[in-house]
Amino acid sequence: MRTIRSRHVVSGGMIGLTYLAAILATLPLILILIHLIAKGASSLSLDFFTRMPKPVGEPGGGMANAIVGTLLLIGIASLIGLPVGIGAGLYLAEKRTTTLAYAVRFLSDVLNGLPSIVIGIFAWEFLVRPVGHFSALAGGVALGSMMIPLVTRTTEEMLLTVPTSLREAALALGYPKWRTSISVVLRTALAGIATGALVAVARIAGETAPLLFTAFGNQFWSTSVREPIAALPLQIFTYAISAYDEWHRLAWAGALVLISLVLLISIAARLVTRSRFGAAVD
Amino acid sequence: MKVLAPAIKVPEHAPAVSSAKPCIVTRNLTAYFGNSAAIRDITVSVPQQAVTAIIGPSGCGKSTLLRCLNRMHETVPGARVDGEVEILGTAIYGEGTSPIAVRRHVGMVFQRPTPFPTMSVRANVAAGLRIAEKTTQPKGSPDEIVEEALQRAGLWAEVKDRLDESAIALSGGQQQRLCIARALATRPRVILLDEPTASLDPLSTQKVEELVYELRKTVTVVIVTHNMQQAARISDSTAFLLAGELVEFDSTRNLFTAPRDSRTESYITGRFG
Repeated sequence: MRTIRSRHVVSGGMIGLTYLAAILATLPLILILIHLIAKGASSLSLDFFTRMPKPVGEPGGGMANAIVGTLLLIGIASLIGLPVGIGAGLYLAEKRTTTLAYAVRFLSDVLNGLPSIVIGIFAWEFLVRPVGHFSALAGGVALGSMMIPLVTRTTEEMLLTVPTSLREAALALGYPKWRTSISVVLRTALAGIATGALVAVARIAGETAPLLFTAFGNQFWSTSVREPIAALPLQIFTYAISAYDEWHRLAWAGALVLISLVLLISIAARLVTRSRFGAAVD
Repeated sequence: MKVLAPAIKVPEHAPAVSSAKPCIVTRNLTAYFGNSAAIRDITVSVPQQAVTAIIGPSGCGKSTLLRCLNRMHETVPGARVDGEVEILGTAIYGEGTSPIAVRRHVGMVFQRPTPFPTMSVRANVAAGLRIAEKTTQPKGSPDEIVEEALQRAGLWAEVKDRLDESAIALSGGQQQRLCIARALATRPRVILLDEPTASLDPLSTQKVEELVYELRKTVTVVIVTHNMQQAARISDSTAFLLAGELVEFDSTRNLFTAPRDSRTESYITGRFG
């Protein structure tokens, strides 16, 4: 029989291992942040945010077009991904056991696991090839398609955390079913759904592959949805594989800005969850 | 005849069942979950402006019977109802009667408090008002109606300075009285209480019981309870259900002091359930 002491030793060892795993889980992010700050912070200046890229050989210049392009792409993607995703999530939560619900749930999981390059090719096939040129719209649609399954599933999960008793309370007050779904169930889960939406935005903000054949990138200023558009991840990609030190430095700075954007969105998601009256369902 | 537990006091006012005008009449009411009947063939007349208790062991169909009275039973997938229910002369399962209209006139409060967590205290009380049709809208400004409902629920003094706080900041007992206020705000003629004190502490329970005692003056109350003492304390008439069947329905005084059915006697003297 094992002694109490040996049990304590095993217990201590196991707890130590879980601590180690917890540290290892966050280590990559911490290392990336440190590395990016070390390499990219020195190239960050106001110019980086307000100036256009300069030709090779000329010092300075920024990525104003890529920053605006990324925001525009996120906007288009959200316009597609949020309404469709939230609507589909509402359907899944309300009609949980219909054949269509099972099919939608399964397919959105498959879509979620689809390599993003495939989504890019798909958008190219339908939105770039027929019109003959790359466009911000095609890029936004590709990113939006990636958001849909993410938003659908988080919306469903969040709606299912709303207790049946609340639904019943609303019905018993004489709320019609649709109104119960919207003003009680959806509203109660809203903070959670907003968090899910922001996580989805953060997830697609840094996607590169779906943009390669859609938004394509642009060295010039453009905010037209019908023209190719610059995006931070694409710009980083182009600069990083170039042969010029100046561009390498800008790529690091771009990576730092991109990761900061994602961090900011994630922090916003946290704050939304904690907001007044929100998500306090137990 | 068995002597009852001394804790059970029968209210003096208890009227004989037959003398009161019926508010709710059920005829051969049977409610199913899928193919199995949770209650069978229940025919009963619930008197107006009185408190009627439904007692019985767990799983006897008390809540199901209650939920047939505001058509909440049918919201469960696979559930259906046979037979008739008439409330104040309206056949609530009749053709052309919508469950939504029924529920607007028959308030319900559940076992656990169910305040809407995203709404303030005020908005919770007004929740039913906002969806009521113009014709059924009670008179008075929304603020007046909210105050009146909270007064009737005995909660006004406690929350009058907290009307814009979140409803879930209230204690459990306050939340339950808030739910009663919410049900009262639309001025229903009937209010259904499904074990409203099951999750409350003794003090909150007492407050809710006093409230129910007051409510009988203006509305018809049907209360499901696990607690026989509670039924004896606050109800005028009592229905005893066993395995989905109505065993006995009588004035609370008669049912607890002179039960006609031996099963009722066994139950109230604690021999089973």
